[in-house]
Amino acid sequence: TRCTVGAQHGSLFPDPHRLPGRCARPRGEPGALLPGLRSRRGSRVRPEPGAEPRGEASPAEGEDHGGGEVRGAASLSREASGRPPVEAVPGEEALALQEADGGAVRLRAGDPFPEETSALWLAVQSLGFTLVCEPHENLLLAEGTLRNLTRHCLETLHMLGPGSEVLLRSHRVDALLSRLLPHEQLLFLNHRFAHSLEKKAAAYAAK
Amino acid sequence: MYSHGSESLINQAREIQEPELQRFHSRLVKLLQGKELGHEAVDSLQRLHIILSATKYTRTLPPELQGSLQSLLASPAEQFQVLSSAVLRETLPLSGQEGNYTQENFIQLNNHAAALVLSQAGSRADLSSLCAQLLRSLESRQSDGPAASLTHTLPILNTVLTHSPDCLTEDHVTLMSKKLVDWLRYASITQGGGAPSGGFFTGTRSRQPVPIAELDGTVSGDFFTVLCVGQSFTEDQWMNVYSFSMLRHWLITYRSVSNGNTTADTDDRSEVDGSVVSMVSATSSSSRLLPPKERLREKAFQYCQRLIEQSDRKAHKKTDTDLQKACLVEAVCILDSVCGEDAALVFRAFPCIKALFGRLSSDLSFARVLLPIAQFYLNHGEMAAVDCESVWNLVFGRFPAELFDHQFLAHEFLRFIRLNLESLQLRVPQYSRSFPNLLKFLAWNSPAVVDDFVDLLPSLVTAGTAVELLHTLLDLPCLSATLVLQVRSTCLPISEPGGRGLLSLDAFRSQSFRGLFLFLLRGEAGSGDTIDRLSTLHEMLTETADWPRVVQCAQTVPVLLHIFFNTVIAIADQKLLAHLVQVMLERSSLLLNIPKYNKEIHRVFSRHLLLLCKLHPSLVVDQSHELLEFAGATANVYSKEEIYTHVVWVLGEYLSGSCDSRCSVMLITSCFETLEAVLFEITSSAPPPGADCPVPRVVTSLMSALAKLASRSHDLIPRVSLFLSKLRTVTRGGPVAWCSDEEDLVAIVTRGEELWSLLKAPGVAQSVLTPPQPVTTPQWHGDTNVAMPLQLRALTNLTHSQ
Repeated sequence: TRCTVGAQHGSLFPDPHRLPGRCARPRGEPGALLPGLRSRRGSRVRPEPGAEPRGEASPAEGEDHGGGEVRGAASLSREASGRPPVEAVPGEEALALQEADGGAVRLRAGDPFPEETSALWLAVQSLGFTLVCEPHENLLLAEGTLRNLTRHCLETLHMLGPGSEVLLRSHRVDALLSRLLPHEQLLFLNHRFAHSLEKKAAAYAAK
Repeated sequence: MYSHGSESLINQAREIQEPELQRFHSRLVKLLQGKELGHEAVDSLQRLHIILSATKYTRTLPPELQGSLQSLLASPAEQFQVLSSAVLRETLPLSGQEGNYTQENFIQLNNHAAALVLSQAGSRADLSSLCAQLLRSLESRQSDGPAASLTHTLPILNTVLTHSPDCLTEDHVTLMSKKLVDWLRYASITQGGGAPSGGFFTGTRSRQPVPIAELDGTVSGDFFTVLCVGQSFTEDQWMNVYSFSMLRHWLITYRSVSNGNTTADTDDRSEVDGSVVSMVSATSSSSRLLPPKERLREKAFQYCQRLIEQSDRKAHKKTDTDLQKACLVEAVCILDSVCGEDAALVFRAFPCIKALFGRLSSDLSFARVLLPIAQFYLNHGEMAAVDCESVWNLVFGRFPAELFDHQFLAHEFLRFIRLNLESLQLRVPQYSRSFPNLLKFLAWNSPAVVDDFVDLLPSLVTAGTAVELLHTLLDLPCLSATLVLQVRSTCLPISEPGGRGLLSLDAFRSQSFRGLFLFLLRGEAGSGDTIDRLSTLHEMLTETADWPRVVQCAQTVPVLLHIFFNTVIAIADQKLLAHLVQVMLERSSLLLNIPKYNKEIHRVFSRHLLLLCKLHPSLVVDQSHELLEFAGATANVYSKEEIYTHVVWVLGEYLSGSCDSRCSVMLITSCFETLEAVLFEITSSAPPPGADCPVPRVVTSLMSALAKLASRSHDLIPRVSLFLSKLRTVTRGGPVAWCSDEEDLVAIVTRGEELWSLLKAPGVAQSVLTPPQPVTTPQWHGDTNVAMPLQLRALTNLTHSQ
């Protein structure tokens, strides 16, 4: 499936108004790519016979996997709501999550994925978390999964604090994803199943 | 907060130079050769990952490093599995190594290595061989094998299904159908593991199996599902969860529709007649006789029914309550799908779905569950002869009116409409009348949903409601402001102490203006095109013109208007088109005053006025009264020059006998006089205080229009010529009050001279300014049989050939 989570390395959607330069470039231009999303792309299977090896250095379109669309949607949504941004500090993850903006963006077929997809997003301060879902996937489940993953990322990686160490701990996000979203499959987990998986993920993080 | 540190890391990663990178690589190789790999190795690998993923050009690693990384994949420490897999996924596999893992060892790979292999599968053959291995491992399962590799089989298969479902052979599909049935329907109903942590039932290590429980704590009385809990779980209970998670995808991928005698199924294992199969599936007790695919369908049906029943229980935790909702959605979708495959199931499913609808319809927090239910009704309601009216009243009535600000619902709602457009137009008569409600989603959150409306709007354009729709679109920003006021009105106290005291909010709450707002908030079309006191409404909403939502909404209106006009042209008759022209003229001065909004709307109107008149030239004669009224108002020259120019142009172009035989000399003369008066006025004195000079294009359009009209009624020629020569004289005398730019003045005068000299030969003027119809078609100029110059050239070539 194409469940990609733009939450690697801390899900880089830094506030466009704060970061001039590459990250603020419009979608499709070289350098507008967000690293987190792309590394997930590698896990997508290439079935066509004789498919070109991935990564010919061609500036393919849509390389940022809809990240630009989500960024635009998130900032417009915030502008429209007119609410002052909530500055939460480490320890206030639950509050930050509660105040988070969220929404869903339609990505048309071919732009950037072959079929039409829905990109669900959550924006916590200047971090964006995105889950791209295929047409047959359960969006209600996806939304819950996204919130859960966001909460984990915020808590275990202390994303509300300053510091670049988050980028250096992206393997923890990978490990978490490999359990809660194995091979990008959404799971129907009640609290007992979720608890069991989260315990394993916590054990990983403790090492 | 998110900072400089991370941004600079990424920038460094992007800009790292080749020599430094190579040194980093060799350092890393040495590090990985060491016996004990510690924090430094983890950190370096992480940095390598950042470097590789920071740009979109895939790099290759030196073979040594690649080799070390590949051996790291099998490391006992999971961190290194994760990191090496992540790094290798960002690089190209070494040449000659593709297909390295399609040997028999795939199933022994840990999860992260398996993910890597999947991502590098280069061809369908590779995938097929991976699948074959996976399924073989499922078949020959030892009961005491390691659990980890088994649970991820299903997610891996799910990935294959997305990309290449043909990789599974018929036998594979049959095998999987059987296994899925086992896991879904026959998982253990006792809690797993004898984990000696005491549990919460008893403290003794009794071997007595403890039954699983429902979410509300009661002991479970039926088979295991994702909504069952226990202290710990057995392997087949885990497989139950994974199976259900991919069930819908599986069923959709391997659909086979049995209708009567034919089966559109390539895997036609059932030798029984299609209709006999249907009869059998109507009674669940004989399901053992069903072929594997049909049996899976039956078990899926039962599982979904059980989930629906379980969702009625009161869960203790909020996450479980959310899961119940998600399960309801999934269950209804799966039921919808299997009923599509086997129509006989509809009669079994409907009572359940209907009861569910009855249970949930009054609670809007279940709106997202009610959408799949509506889909079910849409797909199968007709067959079951069920009355769907209450469903559509809820969906098109209450949802948009009360939940317009729920982003996720809006997304799913509009997707539902898009995917079922034809069906809805056919079966739901109130659909096309519900646009005032549907547009609330757009008015509230334009950027997120405008894309959907670009696709949906054409279906909402009908001849009966077109005029009302046009008014509604023009007043979308007002609707936006009203919705904001409605939301604020419920949140804010009646009087804000020391607050800004919004004028618009007071107006919204006051009795005397209530009616205006209620009209905007109406749910259905048909009660009137628009309101009389529109200007009052606009006045009251003046302060909202800079609210972000209103501004965002205003930006989407021009696009939608274009779509509206393009659609309506195809279905409108003359009368409707005439009405639309009137609306355009009327509304051009009746818009909410948002910066740039008026200009944009005028531009859209101008374009479409032109297109309409081009298609139906007789419209101009038809609507001459209204057009002249507009053209005769000098104020319009200054405030609406774009539209004014176009109105004048269409009058000049199409007010002629050749376009419509009803065009009399009197009409031409009266039009002439109206335009002449305006032209005199604007070129004889300075513009009124507060206004800029008239745009030069207006002046030249007026002159051209007068010339055209004069060429049709030669008595008028002297009047035009007189004016034009006077103009030339006046401008020779120096700058004029009504034109500030010298170049513009020169252009105007030049045009005047051209027209004047053209009008000296009335016959020529007539054929130039009022050409007969055929001359305007390209064929006239391109077809040798028709165009004189080409005919002559052809003859010349023939007669002078050597």
